[in-house]
Amino acid sequence: MTKQLPKVDVILVGFGWTGAIYAEKLTAAGMEVLALERGPWRDTPKDFATTFAQDELRYYWRHGMFQEASQSTVTFRNNGAQTALPMRHWGSFLPGNGVGGSGVHWNGQTYRFLPSDFVAKSHNEERYGPLPEGMTVQDYGVTYEELEPHFDYFEKICGICGTAGNLRGDIRKGGNPFEGPRSDDYPNPPMQMTFSQDRFEASARDMGLNPFPVPSANMSRAYVNPLGMQLAPCTYCGFCEKHGCGNYSKSSPQTTIIPVLMKRENFTLRTDSEVLSVEKSPDGTRATGVTYIDTSGEEFFQPAEVVVLCAYPLENTRLMLLSDIGTPYDPQTGEGVVGKNYCYQVMSGATVFYDEEYTNGFVGAGALGMAVDEYNGDNFDHSGLGFIGGGYIACYTTNARPIESHPVPEGVPGWGSEWKQSVRANFLKTTTVGVHGASMAHRSNYLDLDPTYTDRHGRPLLRMTYDFTLNDRRLTAHITPVAEEIARGMGGREVNVAERKGSYDSMPYQTTHNTGGTIMGTDPQTSVCNRYCQSWDLHNLFVAGAGLFPQNAGYNPTGTVAALAYWSVAAIIDQYMADPGPLVQA
Amino acid sequence: MSFPTRRKILKSLLFGGTAIAAPSAVFGAIYGRGEGMPWEPLKGQPPYYGTHEDWFFTPDEREAVAAICARLIPSDGDGPGAVEADVITFLDRQMAGFYGRGQHWYMKGPFREGTATQGYQSEHPPAGLYRHALAELDGYCRAQQDAGFAALSAAQQDEILKGMDDEEITFDGVSAKAFFDLILKNTIEGYFADPIYGGNRDMVAWHYVGFPGTRYDYRDFVGHNGARIDLPPVSLMGRPGWNSSE
Ligand SMILES: Cc1cc2nc3c(=O)[nH]c(=O)nc-3n(C[C@H](O)[C@H](O)[C@H](O)COP(=O)(O)OP(=O)(O)OC[C@H]3O[C@@H](n4cnc5c(N)ncnc54)[C@H](O)[C@@H]3O)c2cc1C
Ligand code: SF4
Repeated sequence: MTKQLPKVDVILVGFGWTGAIYAEKLTAAGMEVLALERGPWRDTPKDFATTFAQDELRYYWRHGMFQEASQSTVTFRNNGAQTALPMRHWGSFLPGNGVGGSGVHWNGQTYRFLPSDFVAKSHNEERYGPLPEGMTVQDYGVTYEELEPHFDYFEKICGICGTAGNLRGDIRKGGNPFEGPRSDDYPNPPMQMTFSQDRFEASARDMGLNPFPVPSANMSRAYVNPLGMQLAPCTYCGFCEKHGCGNYSKSSPQTTIIPVLMKRENFTLRTDSEVLSVEKSPDGTRATGVTYIDTSGEEFFQPAEVVVLCAYPLENTRLMLLSDIGTPYDPQTGEGVVGKNYCYQVMSGATVFYDEEYTNGFVGAGALGMAVDEYNGDNFDHSGLGFIGGGYIACYTTNARPIESHPVPEGVPGWGSEWKQSVRANFLKTTTVGVHGASMAHRSNYLDLDPTYTDRHGRPLLRMTYDFTLNDRRLTAHITPVAEEIARGMGGREVNVAERKGSYDSMPYQTTHNTGGTIMGTDPQTSVCNRYCQSWDLHNLFVAGAGLFPQNAGYNPTGTVAALAYWSVAAIIDQYMADPGPLVQA
Repeated sequence: MSFPTRRKILKSLLFGGTAIAAPSAVFGAIYGRGEGMPWEPLKGQPPYYGTHEDWFFTPDEREAVAAICARLIPSDGDGPGAVEADVITFLDRQMAGFYGRGQHWYMKGPFREGTATQGYQSEHPPAGLYRHALAELDGYCRAQQDAGFAALSAAQQDEILKGMDDEEITFDGVSAKAFFDLILKNTIEGYFADPIYGGNRDMVAWHYVGFPGTRYDYRDFVGHNGARIDLPPVSLMGRPGWNSSE
């Protein structure tokens, strides 16, 4: 039997980055906020103290902090003709679980998308003519200019370290000259770069490119954020991505927002509570609350005035499909919207092997890197190239942990004596120049409910149908040689190029940058949410996260995810509270 | 909507009485309500890494697995191999624990052979795959060479492993390739993981490749400018000369 609970003002489904952002702003505005989080409580001194946080096996390989596939997973296939099979353990991406979500074990590479990324369809069509058949790229419905104050605020919450490239239209030396105009500089100077970045920078400059420090949520110095939270200088420990930071040096919900929230009387958090569905009023115009289950197996109905889905793109999409909200996307007809435009990221790279010099990759940090943006978005002329979008090229020093990272030159076998000796010879002497490319939406890439496989509660798993598109392949074929050229200029003995070939593989780790499924836009026929991230169908349902992206840009998502969350929550407070209803007329 | 007024009423309902949430509080924990951060100092959760009592392999399996690891990462005079790193102990504990049981994996059927991009699709959790594949491997070796894998020459062993890796040798019921991929992955884990898990004994693999282990402060070394950094490795247990008890 489902137990009824008393109503709250706002329920947040999931308590990662976006959950924390909504909770902070809504409680500050005086609302009673309840966050329901599927996973456990987690915090620095208890769960990732420096006495045991640097445990590669536990955190990365045994998935110490990620969602367990046994809780719920996705089924996967490359195309609609195949039978999707469950990802029995995670590989290509690692969804978070527990307080702080993936914000605990992210790297902290904190970019803003380009102004043109938000108007990808209209901008590219105006410059290059109609998009090709099958490409379902759309505009966001919100502009970079509207989001700018929110990017700025998130950067201050996180204490992002970087060099401004465009301060109110003034192009600054050492920053990214292609970025949209910023209203303010980064709150902190860039991190201290190391050998590999110095080489990358010199090589890129020789080629006439404009290298800039990657905006980093790993602190270059001690910092106090606008909420009074203190962050400590990063120690370049190298146990960053896939690990929590034991030093209070990586911005996460835990280090920047949650302690402030926990002191507010109008905020409540329930952990180990998994939301099963969003419930609707009989007329179907409003959400009445959510049904959730705790680890005892007891079910609860939690009513609320407003529901916000903050459960990461994959689970947000699944919850909408399971709750029968909106029309599921149909790849045959192209109609329907929920599950539409699932996108990912197209990665490639070139590894440099040195003979004399040591790169000492263990001295690194999640977001320690230099990048160039000449080949991102529409920063270069695509005429005649047959693709749109692009990616940044960067050299990071991170992840030189030996189970994960022990590159050997081409031609060395994968095991045996030769392999072992090659690992020793090269372990401390390699670095990689990576391309982090965009993924454009295509009609055949989407999310829906699996017809066969179910989770532990007997509900259908999400089914992912995804492969790299012609656009992705042309994009990576165009930019990877540039990365290779930079790599060759870095003075090593040899360079190995890892091109993006073949079909998308669900197993080797690539990025946790899953986007789409609950996309935003200007028309309810083609999007799930309006420009305020409000469901077109239920006006008191809001959606957060990269699921809102109509297609993925050539950057890491979280800066833009956070800016959209702050933009949306401002609309709830300033407009919706006064007059609840659709904020955009369909 | 008049949020501020309702807030007061709600508070009395939700937080005034304990009755509502109490029954499940043991399961779904409740935090917040102005009470601050719910953690106690020095109450960290150190890892579970198995004990000497944990074992999974039978003596025959153990011998075969040790022999496989010894070919994947050989003791070749250049430095320690899987034998010196005691990878077999690591594997035995892993197979006996939650990992071997596939406890955190999605193990519901139906099971089907997947495409190359669909990942692990065996109906067996890791330990089960080892058990079935080792039995098949033993049968294969006895049929071909009249001896178990461990008794074969290094060259014969390499040939069989290569056959499995290249999908030229197949087994009944389980995939030889899936087993090869898994044991290679696990062997690398055991070679390079922190010694608390039983492998990488005395941090031999970290010494060998020059990884300083679980240190967490390299601020003094960021400006190394391509020079070698010589730091003896440290494990989560510390290292000789590091702990005050040494
Ligand atoms: C290894 C790794 C590295 C990354 N590095 C970067 C980077 O360098 N730069 C960058 O920009 N981004 C990076 N990311 C991505 C970044 O972490 C995410 O963009 C960000 O955390 C998304 O925020 P979110 O609030 O949408 O989701 P999350 O932070 O993941 O939070 C979602 C929460 O919802 C909970 N939840 C899910 N389903 C339910 C349910 N049914 N009921 C209740 N709770 C539920 C989950 O347990 C989770 O805690 C990385 C991610 C990973 C995993
Ligand atoms: S690299 Fe820096 S931010 Fe990352 S975990 Fe280590 S100390 Fe923390």
